[in-house]
Amino acid sequence: MLDEKRRRALIEDVAKAVIDHAEELTALDSAIGDGDHGANMKRGFEAVLTDLDAISGKPLPDALKAAGMQLVMKVGGASGPLYGTLFMTLGKTLPADADRAAFAAAFKAAIDAVKARGKSDVGQKTMLDVLVPVQEAIASDIAVSDVVQRAHEAAEATVPMLATRGRASFLGERSIGHMDPGARSSALIVEAAAAALATEA
Amino acid sequence: MKNVGIVIVSHSPLVAEGTADMVRQMVGDEVPVAYCGGNPEGGLGTSVESILRAIDSAWSEAGVAILVDLGGAETNSEMAVEMLPSERARRVVVCNAPIVEGAVIAATEASGGASLDVVKRTAEELSPA
Repeated sequence: MLDEKRRRALIEDVAKAVIDHAEELTALDSAIGDGDHGANMKRGFEAVLTDLDAISGKPLPDALKAAGMQLVMKVGGASGPLYGTLFMTLGKTLPADADRAAFAAAFKAAIDAVKARGKSDVGQKTMLDVLVPVQEAIASDIAVSDVVQRAHEAAEATVPMLATRGRASFLGERSIGHMDPGARSSALIVEAAAAALATEA
Repeated sequence: MKNVGIVIVSHSPLVAEGTADMVRQMVGDEVPVAYCGGNPEGGLGTSVESILRAIDSAWSEAGVAILVDLGGAETNSEMAVEMLPSERARRVVVCNAPIVEGAVIAATEASGGASLDVVKRTAEELSPA
């Protein structure tokens, strides 16, 4: 069970990881999309940080719901409802004293909600191409550091993929050869969350 | 208002406004029309908050049809609909139609008193019911 200090560190570290990589995310999105992923995610997570006291004061499930709602309202692109749905569903499904198995189950439910929201699934060069293998890794018993490595490998694996969903799909074969920005932001979030959870565990 | 309302959601505030102008040219004030465009900072994008406000402003007991341009406008509109109270949410639909043509034909259909289902279908088929 995370106390308020650790919840605060978790939310803050995830937000900062995204904000610090905003330029990189925008560059990835400029190559195959509309070039706003970094700025949008930065705006959303800055709104989360603005509300950090209130959010981290809540039990983890409610904190996740509140952070997700900020993303929904502030991001301004499809990634707002997509990441918002991920965190809000995770918050709705996660028991207050979740162990790894309960977290894996809640994360699966959250990913299913993202699939429904985005009418998408794995293999379409999206954030799901990172989230799904990460969830499978969490559900297995591999070390947390290996989960993070799996996330980065999965993001890397979107490079040769053909985008069939989202703005990148307009480019057809020209989407091949670039990392999906949503896959990259997902990997960054997984890495920051894992590090924050590992430090004091 | 007894006619179905129309909400226009574009990434661009200018496209949203221009589309609404074209709709009003056809239907005047016989149909409630609202539009929004731009992210929460005013750049290109869409905002759930603005979409919720537009739905409220174009609200009709007959329901509201939303016309969108690209992916994020659709995803944000669907999110906004889910956030409405359930008795309103079931009377709001997102149309799978080109934003300008869809909005004009949907509003024209709505001005004749057509139901939400018919308005949506007409926009999606781009021909009068």
